[in-house]
This record gives sequence, structure tokens and C-alpha cells, in this order.
Amino acid sequence: MNLVGSLFGSSIGRKIIMALTGVILIGFVVGHLVGNLQIFQDPDHLNGYAQFLHQLGPLLWVARIGLIVAVVLHIWTATVLTLENKQARGTEYGFKHTIRATFASRAMRWTGVVVLAFVIYHLAHFTWGVVQTETFKETPPLNHYAMANDYRVAGFTVVKAGADVANVYNMVVLGFQNKAVALFYIIAVGLLSIHLLHGFDSLFQTLGLRNAKWSALLHKVALALCWVYFLGNLAIPGAVLAGKLQPHSVKVAPAVQR
Amino acid sequence: MATLDSKIPSGPLADKWRKHKADSKLVNPANKRKYEVIVVGAGLAGSSAASSLADMGYKVKSFVFHDSPRRAHSIAAQGGINAAKNYQNDGDSVHRLFYDTIKGGDYRAREANVHRLAEVSANIIDQCVAQGVPFAREYGGLLANRSFGGAQVSRTFYARGQTGQQLLLGAYSALSRTVGQGLVELHTNSEMLDLVVVNGHAKGVIIRNLITGVVTRHTADAVILATGGYGNVFNLSTYARQSNATAIWRAYKRGACMANPCYTQIHPTCIPVSGDYQSKLTLMSESLRNDGRIWAPKRKGDNRAPAEISEDDRDYYLERLYPSFGNLAPRDIASRAAKRVCDEGRGVGETGLGVYLDFADAIKRLGENGVRERYGNLFDIYHEITAESAYKQPMRIYPAVHYTMGGLWVDYNLMSNVPGLFVLGEANFSDHGANRLGASALMQGLADGYFVIPYTVGDYLAGQKPGSRPSADSAEFKAAEESVNAMSKRFLATKGKQPVSHFHKRLGKIMWDHCGMARTKEGLEDALQKIPALREEFHATVNVPGSGDTLNQSLEQAGRVADFIELGELMCRDALTREESCGGHFREEHQFPDGECKRDDEKFGHVAAWEFQGVGKTAIRNVEPLNYEFVKMSVRNYK
Amino acid sequence: MVAATTSSTISVTLRVWRQAGPKALGQFKDYPAKDLNSNMSFLEMLDVVNDELTLTGEAPIAFAHDCREGICGTCSLTINGKPHGPGKGIATCQTYMRSFRDGDIIVVEPFRAAAFPLIKDLVVDRTSFDKIMQAGGFITARAGSAPEANAAPVPKGDSDLAMDAAQCIGCGACVAACKNASAMLFVSAKVGHLGLLPQGQAERDRRVLAMVHTMDEEGFGNCTNQYECSAACPKTISHDFIARMNRDYLGATLRSAFNPEAASSAGGA
Repeated sequence: MNLVGSLFGSSIGRKIIMALTGVILIGFVVGHLVGNLQIFQDPDHLNGYAQFLHQLGPLLWVARIGLIVAVVLHIWTATVLTLENKQARGTEYGFKHTIRATFASRAMRWTGVVVLAFVIYHLAHFTWGVVQTETFKETPPLNHYAMANDYRVAGFTVVKAGADVANVYNMVVLGFQNKAVALFYIIAVGLLSIHLLHGFDSLFQTLGLRNAKWSALLHKVALALCWVYFLGNLAIPGAVLAGKLQPHSVKVAPAVQR
Repeated sequence: MATLDSKIPSGPLADKWRKHKADSKLVNPANKRKYEVIVVGAGLAGSSAASSLADMGYKVKSFVFHDSPRRAHSIAAQGGINAAKNYQNDGDSVHRLFYDTIKGGDYRAREANVHRLAEVSANIIDQCVAQGVPFAREYGGLLANRSFGGAQVSRTFYARGQTGQQLLLGAYSALSRTVGQGLVELHTNSEMLDLVVVNGHAKGVIIRNLITGVVTRHTADAVILATGGYGNVFNLSTYARQSNATAIWRAYKRGACMANPCYTQIHPTCIPVSGDYQSKLTLMSESLRNDGRIWAPKRKGDNRAPAEISEDDRDYYLERLYPSFGNLAPRDIASRAAKRVCDEGRGVGETGLGVYLDFADAIKRLGENGVRERYGNLFDIYHEITAESAYKQPMRIYPAVHYTMGGLWVDYNLMSNVPGLFVLGEANFSDHGANRLGASALMQGLADGYFVIPYTVGDYLAGQKPGSRPSADSAEFKAAEESVNAMSKRFLATKGKQPVSHFHKRLGKIMWDHCGMARTKEGLEDALQKIPALREEFHATVNVPGSGDTLNQSLEQAGRVADFIELGELMCRDALTREESCGGHFREEHQFPDGECKRDDEKFGHVAAWEFQGVGKTAIRNVEPLNYEFVKMSVRNYK
Repeated sequence: MVAATTSSTISVTLRVWRQAGPKALGQFKDYPAKDLNSNMSFLEMLDVVNDELTLTGEAPIAFAHDCREGICGTCSLTINGKPHGPGKGIATCQTYMRSFRDGDIIVVEPFRAAAFPLIKDLVVDRTSFDKIMQAGGFITARAGSAPEANAAPVPKGDSDLAMDAAQCIGCGACVAACKNASAMLFVSAKVGHLGLLPQGQAERDRRVLAMVHTMDEEGFGNCTNQYECSAACPKTISHDFIARMNRDYLGATLRSAFNPEAASSAGGA
């Protein structure tokens, strides 16, 4: 069998696809969080960072397409494997019993589905701006921001001081001031953390990089990663709800002041 | 009268096999595929034979009553496999292995067969290693050995306590490969219920599919039986619950002679019976006797807990009776001593059939951890079965039936007196004489399958015209199938008042009491009255529920127990006729003052091969003299 | 200290899956099992119940069994939802009635998996395991062609690890316990055993590809890394072998995709 056939056509191959796309997605969510945590610095950081990403242009689209492909493959393999697994069991047991499978592992399908729903909402909220529009697109001048200082990446200035950029900072803070939105967000990242807990541990097994000698350590790392991830994500809506983060006073850039 | 020509090649012992191979007729490669060979059984001997013959080019059909060839009871052998590799540089040689085996068998095996076994033993290890059997190794990566009873050299290869399993899985992998390549046609859940003999030659078998109940005829140019031993005649034994004698017994009833059926090996250290529901006895490795001390209370009916019985009230009877060997007395002597103690009413445990194997002294000497290092897994097994900790209280042990040295008579080619019928492994009688040494059963099974039958079956087939096997529609096949169907119908129609197990238990009790560790003329005569009566009662009052056209485990068992009852009778007759003691056959009338076997080489230095005359009729006792040309028969002495 | 002569008596209710044949409708049926010696094995208890059923005219419960010492892999019951019953590292035949309490209801079901079709009552067909082995669970070594056994040293660690995997008894508890009826533990035990030994290297890639292919064909599910398999395994074979097989499979896939093949394989089998 050729490579594509082996990977897409066999049980282990599909698991490998799931693991590799999982690696991409874990990388993405972790990077995303690190970027977002700039919200705890002055608005220059988050807004400059967002502007920088937008300026990537075609590169941004390459990343986006990569992510979309990863998400699609991840969901496709999950769906196919789940259907096959149902079929493989055939008749269910009358007496159901679990010896040691963790809650996280057994809940993968449900955490996965909820996280998908959340991702769609999240995109609609912050990327497409089609929900909660009052907190973003339709509320100038809250949605504009003039950079106070240069924003640098790896020593290079990528966004200059004084540039007029989208005010992501305000968008996030205003968005989370809605308690229902914040709560949904917190629940979703909680489930995502649980999803990651099994996913992270599991991908080492699927890629054949795990054994008893260090599996305990690996599990601890997974647990730590998931807690850090959850707490990091919790911090943003948490700080907004606690009133620690407020929309900053708008300094409207001269060019926009018509 | 059957003619028993052993076909032992002439010439010096060490040259016989080489010469025989050179003299054997060959089948040319293009003709091999024209011959069909049926192999019944897929243990060590059956699997290795089927795969080897298939690799040579013969068309092979393999039949196994289990759901997979990997279930055969060879899998349960624990200790190891002997081979004259001399890796330990301790003076081992083919001759020494030969001599140990002959002596261990109490001079009742054929010299030529045993020497061949010793010769090919080294090839077996090579073959198994090549197949990926994970034998124990030393840190340098080379193979490790351990020592075993009956030998002064260290020649036993082992894979933890699961040597039989690993060897069987090796042979199973070879069989699986040939099945996958289309060289062997594998029939699982297929029990052989009759042998078909056409013009005096074995030409096929009748098979019942245990799942569908369908009975089919299968023709072949040669039939190989590798169906194991018959220890389940005793009902309780270390055999698997389904191990049975049906294939060899039905072959016996078609004219194959049954040799030395009374030779049974009884292992001294098994976990005792706990109640009448018991289905199985579990072996505890003999190695425990290296550090455990065997005792029983001095007083009859002393049922205090062992810890409450003071040293003065204990009888370390092996140490008392055999001061030089003590707890390491040979298997048969230790077994019989335990029986005597229990017969005197001094046995321990709920049933009174058990003696203590005490590790208190060993724990004092080595510490609990020291004992755990040596025997931890055995103590765990014991705990699992009895819920008792042998670290805290002595183990209870009792002897149990473990192996049968007797079996269908075969010549040097492993062919029975029915031409075309070959018998391998425990199912034949050939290599262990009256007693088998530890770690030799695995060796024999694989020797027969990998290295003997590939040569000898060709010698027979070369004399058969290719394509000459009879049609499955011939009268003999029809008749055999009808008799099989009639038997099933009879069982199902009886609708009596007792389940099959009831009769098996009763047979087992008769056999154990009268044809077990110690046998007497009176006891055997008594058994020969009781068994035919039991047979009549069985056929008149057995209850076999269900039908014959589906999975029916009661029906399977009924056929097997019917055979066991007949075979039990023959065993008793053989034991009664053999008026001497040798190896596993102990007649109380024939013993030395120290309890050792007293052989009568003059009168009984021969193989007794029984020839069927009809159910309820006394079989004919044919004799094959054992001519010892190279070894002098002497009193077996391990002191 | 427990005296050697004690045993207690218990009575339980068996809730057993009865199904007359592959196509028949199955259902649970209750059977009382009274006054059982607690030292009785679970299978001996079934023997006793079956003898009683035989005499009352009801069909005995069909169940698979043979060696009754935990090595042949024939016995195959799911007892209270766990393959081989409540114990750890043992088979059904090594389960004793003392593991249960007086008055318990014990639910007894067959191993459930589409790849193990039911034959009758508690007996299932595990031929699919044999097919996987026939596809590649071997080292090709014809009798007579083997080199001297000590010609290729095997590091003791590798040999011991191979033995850990080789202990598999082929019972199918891993499949029965897996939520997805996956055979990964079974297949990986053989792939691991043979792949660890120098003798197994020549066929290593072929073996893993062929065995996994057949495993998929036979309708087993996929591994979701929950490790129910190794927890239910009567030989406690580690799921580390699954990781090892995944790695082997990936390696074999890449090598088979990129390594050149000879123009002809004539001259060999």
C-alpha cells in the first residue's frame, strides 16, 4: 500500500493522523493563549499583536488553511473511528463496567463536540464579528486604537507607534462583560482542557513515543499543561468579571477623527 | 495376532538413525503434492508435524477439536525442555541424555528410539530459537540452562515457568504460517470420531464439527495422530478438562495396538482436592521440595491447625523413611509415601487427602524475601487457588496424575501396526518407558514432529501409488460415518437419570483407588469387576440433553467418557498382567524393602501391546521384547 | 491465621446470557446457585449448575473452558462487566467463588465483539485471532534450516521483554474489555515479541503491516488509548507494546513507501 493509503486506510494510520493533527491544534491553542495573555499588559501589546497577525496577509491564510485542514482531518478521523468502534462492539454489554479508563478519555467525543461548537461561536464573536456586534464592529470609536509605542517581534518593529489598529483589547473586555458569554467561554475552555488532557497523553502513545518508564512523568506534564492552560484561559474572563480589566480610555487617532 | 515389527535399524546405536535416514525411501518433490496427509491434534507434535510436512510439499489437513490450535495442552507444561547441547561444559552428551532417559524410564523404553530422541534434541533448540521462542538467556545474550530431576548435568532450556506455552506458540506460529500460505487446510472445532481403514491401511478419518454437529469423511494417504495422553481416565488430573483419548481409542478399536496402558506418571506436589465438585488438579513445581519439608501429624485424625501441632507431634516421614534423600526422594516414592500417610488417616485438610509442605525452616534460614525470590510465583498460584498464604502456614499438597507413558504402539518409524497410521507425542508409547523424566515430554513432541516424521512418512508414502487413496464414498467410509452417527443417536436417546460427569467421577475414583499410585492384584481384580458394570450402567442411564446438530458439550463429553471407561478397563488389565513394578507402575507385591520398584526383566522386559477384540471381550496381549544391546538393565538407584 | 481446614458456603444468583445459536434471540436468565463451597472455582460452579440443569431437562449453559489453570486461553466469560471476572491478572478459570458474597447477583455474559461472533450462550468464535496470526504472526523458519541456537546472542533485556509479550494466551479479554473491541493489545504483543528478537528482523515490516491489515479486515475497533485491555489482561501484558507497534507501523509504512523494491522476487517464497 502507498503512504496515503496506509495512513488513511488503516486503523493505526488514521490514529496517527489524529495524533499529528492533534499536535498542530495543541500548538495552536497554546500559542493562541500565550498571545492573548498580552491582555494583561498595556493595550499596545494585544492590539499590536493582532495587527501584526493581520499584516501577515497570505501567510495568515496559509496558517488558517493549515488549521482548517487539521481541524477537518481531526474531526473526520474522530467520526470514522467512532463509527467503526460502534460497529466493532456489536452487541452492548448488559452490565457496563469500566476498569480504569479515565473520565477524560471516555468524554473525548462530547468534549470534542462542545469545543467545536465553541470554536464556531468564538470565531463568529471575535473573528467574523457577527455576534455581539454591539461590543465591536458597530461601536466606534471603541473599535479603534492608536498605538502608543512600537510593537516588536524578535527585535523587529512590526507595528509602528501611532498606527491605527483594531481595538482587540476592548473587544475582548467588552465581550466578557456579558456574563453568559464569559461563562460559556469558561465552560468551553474547561472541556477543552479535559480534551487536551487525554489528547496530549494519548498522542505520545499513538506515535509510539511512550512507555512505562516515563508515562507517569508524561501524565504529570499533561496534567500540568492542562491546568496551566485552563487557568490561563480562565484568567481573562475572570479578570474582566472581577473588574480588574476595564475598557481603556479611548485615544482616538487623529486620522480617524473626522 | 498383530505382528509387531519394531523395524529398529541394525548397526551401532549412534549410527542407527543416520543409517535409517539414508536408507529411507524418498518421494520426489513433484509427487509430494499428490499425497494428502491428515494430522489430528495440534499440540507440539501435531503442529510441528503439520507445518513440517506442508513445507516439504505434502498436502496437509490439520484437525483440532479446540477452537484454535494454540489451545492444545502442551501449552501448560511449565519446567523446560531437555537438549544435549552441553552449553554448560558439564559433560553432557547425546549418550548421557540417552542414558538418563533410558534409566529414568526404568529400562522399559526402546534403546534406538531414545537415542534418536537424544540426537535430535539439539536441533530442536536451534529450530525453536529460529522461530523466536524467547528462552531464558544470560547477560551475555547466550542461552541459559537449569537442572532438572533425574540428571546430573544442567541441560534444561526454559522460558520462565511457561516453557510449554512458548514452544507450543512457536509450533503454532509455524502451523499458522503454512495455513496462511495455503499449504495446510486447518479444521478447528473438529473432533476425530473414527479412523477409516481400507485394505488394512489407514486412509482417512471421520470428523464431527463441534459447532454445527456436521459429520464429514476425510480421505488421506496417511493419517497422523498427535492427540496427547489419556490421564483424564482418572477424572481428576493435571490434564486440561477436555483432554481425551477418543482419537487413539477409536484407532485402537480399528486395530491399532495399545501399548503399556498402565504406565501412568503421578506427580507428588499438586494442590489437593477440596471437594467433590473439583474438576482439575494444579501442579506445583517439584522444585519446591528443594526448600520445603514434608510432614503429617503423628496422630490419626489430628485436625488442629498446623501451627498448633508441636514438633514432637509431627512426622517428617520422608526424612524419617529415606534419610539420605529426604524430601528430594524420587517422584514415585514421594507420591506413594503421601498416599500411605493419608490411608493411615493422618492426612490433612478438609478431605484428609493432603500432607504439609512446610517452608517455616526455609523462611528462618533465607528470610521471607529469600523464599519469595525463589518461589514467589508458585506461592502466588497457591494463594490464588486456596486463599492461603504459604508464607504463614504450610502448603497442603497431594499427588496427582500428570502424564501417561503408555499409548498406541509404534515402530521405529512412529507407524502403528496399522500401516499408514502414525502416532506422535504423548499419544504413542515409545520413548519414556515406564516413567518420564522432567522436561522430556516437550522434547519428544517436537522431535517427533519436526525431525522424525518428515523422514518416516515419506518412506511409507513412497510405497503408495500417488492418487491411489480411496474415495470418501467407499463402503468403509460410509460404515464408519454411520457408526459415529449411531453412537451419537444412542447417547441422545438414552435420556437416563445421571449426567455424564457422574460416571466420569465414579470411573476416576475406581481408577485412582485401584490403578493409581499403588496397585494390587486384589484391587485390580476388583476394578475389573466394577468398570464393566459401570460401563453397562453408563450406557443404560446416562442423560445427554440437547441435539446432535449444534454445539452440545454434553454429547462431546459422553463420547469421551464412554472411551475412558473402556480404556480404564484395559489399563487395569495391563496393570494386573504386568506382575512387576517399574517406573510409574507400582505393584505392592513387587517391591524392595525400601519401597523401590522391583522389576522382573526376565518375565516383563517387554512391551505389552493390546489388540482389541470387542467391547467387553478381553483384548489380546501381544509382546514386543525389549532387546537391550547397549545398556545393561539394572536396578534404578538414585541414592 | 486462617486454619487450613476452613471453607464457607455461599448462595448466589447467576444472571446468564442464554442464546441458542448465532441467529437466535438472546436474553438474560436467572439461575440460583445454592450452598456453594467458597473454594470452588467459578467454572466448577458452572459445572454444578449444568449438572442440575441437565437433570431438570433444561439445556446446560454452554461455556468455553479447557486447561483450568490460566494458560490455554479458552475460557472467556465477562463477569459483572469485567472479562475474566473481578480478579487482576487471572483468567476466569482462576476465579474462585470466594471472590463473591452470599446473596450476590452475578451477571455472566459472553465476550462481546463483532469480530467474535456468538456461537451459543457464552461461547464465541475467536477465529479472527487465528487469521491475524496466519497473516504474519511468525518467523519463517522451516524445520531443518535453523542455524545454531547460540549463533545470534540476544541481549537479556530484549529477551525478557519479548517474553513479557509472548505470554499472551490469546483469550480475547483485551478485545472484550475495550470499549471499541480493539485487538491492538493482542496484535501488538506478537509484533512486540517477534520484533524484539534478532531472528524476527527480516520480516519485521511485513509482519506489522500484514497483521494490522488483517486486524482491520476482521472488524476489530480502534485504540483510543484507554488501556482497559491491559487492565483486563490475565497475563497483565503492558499497553507499552501498543505504542511500540504504532511506532513499528509508522516506520514500516514510511519504509515501504520510500524504499526501492527489487524488480523481481523470483527465487524465494
